[in-house]
Amino acid sequence: MAAKRIDARGLSCPQPVVLVDKAIAAGSTDLEVLVDNEVAKENVARLAARRGLKAEVRRDGNDIVIATTKT
Amino acid sequence: MKNIFSSRAGIIVVGAVIGIGAAFLQYFGNPPNMGICVACFERDIAGALGWHRADVVQYLRPEIMGFVLGAFVAAFAAGEYKPRGGSSPLVRFFLGVFAMLGALVFLGCPWRALLRLAGGDGNAILGLLGLIFGIFIGVLFLKNGYSLGRSYAQRKASGWIFPALMIGLLLLLVFQVSFSPGGPIFFSLKGPGSQHAPLLLSLIAGLVIGALAQRSRFCTMGAFRDMILIRDFHLASGVAALVVFAFATNVILGQFHPGFEGQPVAHTSFVWNFLGMTLAGLAFVLAGGCPGRQLFLSGEGDMDAAIFALGMIAGAAVAHNFAVASSPKGPAAFGPAAVIIGLLFCLIIGFTQRDKMSV
Repeated sequence: MAAKRIDARGLSCPQPVVLVDKAIAAGSTDLEVLVDNEVAKENVARLAARRGLKAEVRRDGNDIVIATTKT
Repeated sequence: MKNIFSSRAGIIVVGAVIGIGAAFLQYFGNPPNMGICVACFERDIAGALGWHRADVVQYLRPEIMGFVLGAFVAAFAAGEYKPRGGSSPLVRFFLGVFAMLGALVFLGCPWRALLRLAGGDGNAILGLLGLIFGIFIGVLFLKNGYSLGRSYAQRKASGWIFPALMIGLLLLLVFQVSFSPGGPIFFSLKGPGSQHAPLLLSLIAGLVIGALAQRSRFCTMGAFRDMILIRDFHLASGVAALVVFAFATNVILGQFHPGFEGQPVAHTSFVWNFLGMTLAGLAFVLAGGCPGRQLFLSGEGDMDAAIFALGMIAGAAVAHNFAVASSPKGPAAFGPAAVIIGLLFCLIIGFTQRDKMSV
């Protein structure tokens, strides 16, 4: 299944977290979350861990991509 | 590089440092139960500049400059300095204005509410309950898609404006510049504005806390928000550490005096302590951070946060010029009206500012 993409760039916290949590609550596990700052990355990764998902972080130019999968 | 301060242990250490630091700043001269208060200190800055003429609350508080500059240096060193802005600046300005009005009806920002509690001031409980209630309302908006829109990268130099302003204020303080006989710059001769720790000590404390808070993302509003919104206790553990360590330090230094009556720079109106902080809490959620956090963000280059901070300083001028700010005697004549107008403003913003983003 293709990962669901969430563009949370430029959004201030906690909006990236709210978007990701909504997607997880709706049943998604494979997410590709785009953020553009460290704080959002930390918060999204922490939420993913708390929701029992594995999070992998990679850089994409100025953006940060957090890819979550089921553990 | 792993950021050790964003760990659970890190945020607890930072909360403890702020709590102990605030108690010691009080010990060395800052006003009682006001070792650090972002709202009060911004209000003092507005007074020193002559934007309001309440002669008991005028001082250029170096803690505030330290917060911004410490965060600026820490963000720069960590490669996180990133000029950004453009997310509803005017809305943020007025959220800052009304946040300050609410905070000055209560007489303190969330930091001071916690420090007042740690000093034994029972009225702080009402303020904190109001704060949590305001944050709860804000979380409902967040769950329904509230957003002030995206911010965008800005040119490098524009992020330096706010830190440069802080350096300018610091120079005015160091050289005690007088622009005309009697001021500005105004310095209180009596009252809380006349009580301050030595300049260098305040500045160093501000710089250290600013740097630590930037690294750890310490935020008092965020602590309650995350507990309500996603049952996350990460930031809350930092806030708990602040209270516990400030309390312990206060006991050791003989600064703990439990009670409701006669508490320093506080009043006993349960209703307006509660509602003042309800307004402040709601405005903080809608703007994305407590007053301290907004200063740290502005040091990182977040110009929207800087606009909020400027709104708070302007709000302090409004609060004291138009009989909104409370005094130890109780709420001022126009305090309740200002709180109601502010709550209406925040509710309208909460209902109208939404992104129709599909998830």
